Amino acid sequence: MQKRFAGIDIGSRTIELVVVDESGKIVTSLQADTGFDPMTAAKALIHDVPYDRIMATGYGRNLFEISFDTQTVTEIKAHAIGARAFFPDVLALLDIGGQDSKAISLFESGKVKKFEMNDRCAAGTGKFLEIMAKTLGFDIESFGREALLAEKELSISSMCTVFAESEVTSLIAKGKNRREIARGLHTSVIKRAAGMINRVSSDGDIVFTGGVAKNPCMRHFLAETLGRTVLAPEDPQLVGAFGAALLARDIRDIM
Amino acid sequence: MSEDYREMWQSLGLDLAGHDALLGVLGGAYQDIFLSQKNRPAGMAYFDFVMSEVHGLRIRELLDEKKAGRKIIGSYCVFVPEEIVLAANATLVGLCSGADFAMSEVEKLLPRNTCALIKSSFGFKLGKVCPYLESADMIVGENTCDGKKKAYESLGHLVDNLYVMDLPQVKSDHGRALLKSEYLRFKTEVENLTGVAITPESLREAIQTVNKKRAAIHRLSALRKADPAPISGLDALLANQVFFYDNPARFTDSVNKICDELETRVAEKNGVFPAKAPRILISGCPMAVPNWKLPFVIETSGAVIVGEESCVGERGTRNLTAESGNSVSEMMDAIVDRYYQVDCAIFTPNPDRLNHIREMAAAYHADGVIHYGLQFCQPYLMESIPVEKALEEKNIPTLRIETDYSMEDMGQLKTRIEAFVEQLR
Repeated sequence: MQKRFAGIDIGSRTIELVVVDESGKIVTSLQADTGFDPMTAAKALIHDVPYDRIMATGYGRNLFEISFDTQTVTEIKAHAIGARAFFPDVLALLDIGGQDSKAISLFESGKVKKFEMNDRCAAGTGKFLEIMAKTLGFDIESFGREALLAEKELSISSMCTVFAESEVTSLIAKGKNRREIARGLHTSVIKRAAGMINRVSSDGDIVFTGGVAKNPCMRHFLAETLGRTVLAPEDPQLVGAFGAALLARDIRDIM
Repeated sequence: MSEDYREMWQSLGLDLAGHDALLGVLGGAYQDIFLSQKNRPAGMAYFDFVMSEVHGLRIRELLDEKKAGRKIIGSYCVFVPEEIVLAANATLVGLCSGADFAMSEVEKLLPRNTCALIKSSFGFKLGKVCPYLESADMIVGENTCDGKKKAYESLGHLVDNLYVMDLPQVKSDHGRALLKSEYLRFKTEVENLTGVAITPESLREAIQTVNKKRAAIHRLSALRKADPAPISGLDALLANQVFFYDNPARFTDSVNKICDELETRVAEKNGVFPAKAPRILISGCPMAVPNWKLPFVIETSGAVIVGEESCVGERGTRNLTAESGNSVSEMMDAIVDRYYQVDCAIFTPNPDRLNHIREMAAAYHADGVIHYGLQFCQPYLMESIPVEKALEEKNIPTLRIETDYSMEDMGQLKTRIEAFVEQLR
């Protein structure tokens, strides 16, 4: 019987579980909302899934480590490994999740060379887009598609979630087009993300991971702004858990 | 700390309830951060004792010195020469500035976007919880960064014994001349305070006393070059912090005793972290007691700190004062020469600091450098970007951290530090 290796990525909004076989092929992938009790949600997710070894990542990794006596890896390394498994030659990646964003550059070997991370606040993260979508009456799944349909964009000057929300409210009150406001909000997130990427990596293709990478408007205008190819795996939210699972497979000396 | 200090604290005008709360937090943090470390050198027991009595026995000693006619001088900066203070029969102590306290009161006097260190110094005064400050006969402020020099204008309304020392910002003949005239002015001021004239003998003895203290720290630092590291960065930082509080001769002996023990450890390859653990050099802003946040995160992420390019560390202690002078005037020149070399980020340009970071990274076999900048500390944050660039050009991985004394960014900080440590493995 082939051995199975799991990676669990406990993020601020969602938890992903990926199980790979000895060749590194994904055999199971599951997702759940983190909710207010991440450990219960994580336990429910792994309950019926057989594996020989598990590695945790994401902001909840240390809690998981205590509950399950397992090894952990940061999201940064996990995403780097996961992204390279999908795109073996890529040297830069951008991960925008629920409450943080990271730009990472890699050596040819795949090792992390340098990274930048937003600190402290939700500006430029999935949470920002989620709150803005709600303010504009869009659901998060269609937010990017709707923004892409805008004929022009309205400029949004606030990066702070709280101030941007009141700016959006006042634009709505002025009767401005929702899609154009939505486009402006996307652009403000993209500018910030592009700045982070440019600080760690100046050229070459970029892998885009995390929940925000599912947003077509983000992918499109990120590529346009940077003048670089933006690659996204089929399910960009799995990349961290996939990377952790591959690491669980590759560590040999802990058991 | 035992109950019988309460009367002493009360007589100093401390707010006992606030002070109890502070000591409670401090004691808890000390337990979690220091006492929980594994395989600590036995000699650290001395520093544990000093820390447990930092507001108790040490204050009693200072008050006994005062009773015997000695003066106490408090300082916020490594530019205040301890040699001059000791030679005039006074004692120099560092003043508390490493924790947030009475912040709502502080923000009535200082803008929110002031660095945590300056805010803390005000918090300890406004909250009436620093027995060192309340024991001091003279408090020395110094014109280093803009934040500090403007803050002293406001501090001057809160205390009646503030003395402000001007400092140069450029290393030039004029700069050196300014430092010299300020040190001479300080010498006169201290002599007036104590009524003791500095003599060649007293100044020579003071220079030797302070040099011995620095030499003991040099010995400790050199032992940290070993792999595995014989002492944690946290414990070594603690020794560097106690440098500012303790009786100089007793401090020197205690550090030397630890070094004897560490020499045995190095010979036996007995380390506090496994051999080949990632080695980190910290560079940047000073870490005053009880600011142990960043070193704690680093050393619980599997890396060991092998040096501090910091005022509470090698920037503050690395140079000795020449002992060869015969007259007071020659020795004062030697003191000026010694302090003039301190490569604080208030100087422009400041190439010596970058050279020193590179030298330290090589000497301590650091795998990476973490640049520590306090939020809103312009001089060090400004330098952090060119420092990072210069180090990375030499293939030394560098992480810039900007933080303060609060705990709100602990999760982010942990992820960034852990990822950096993974990068070094």
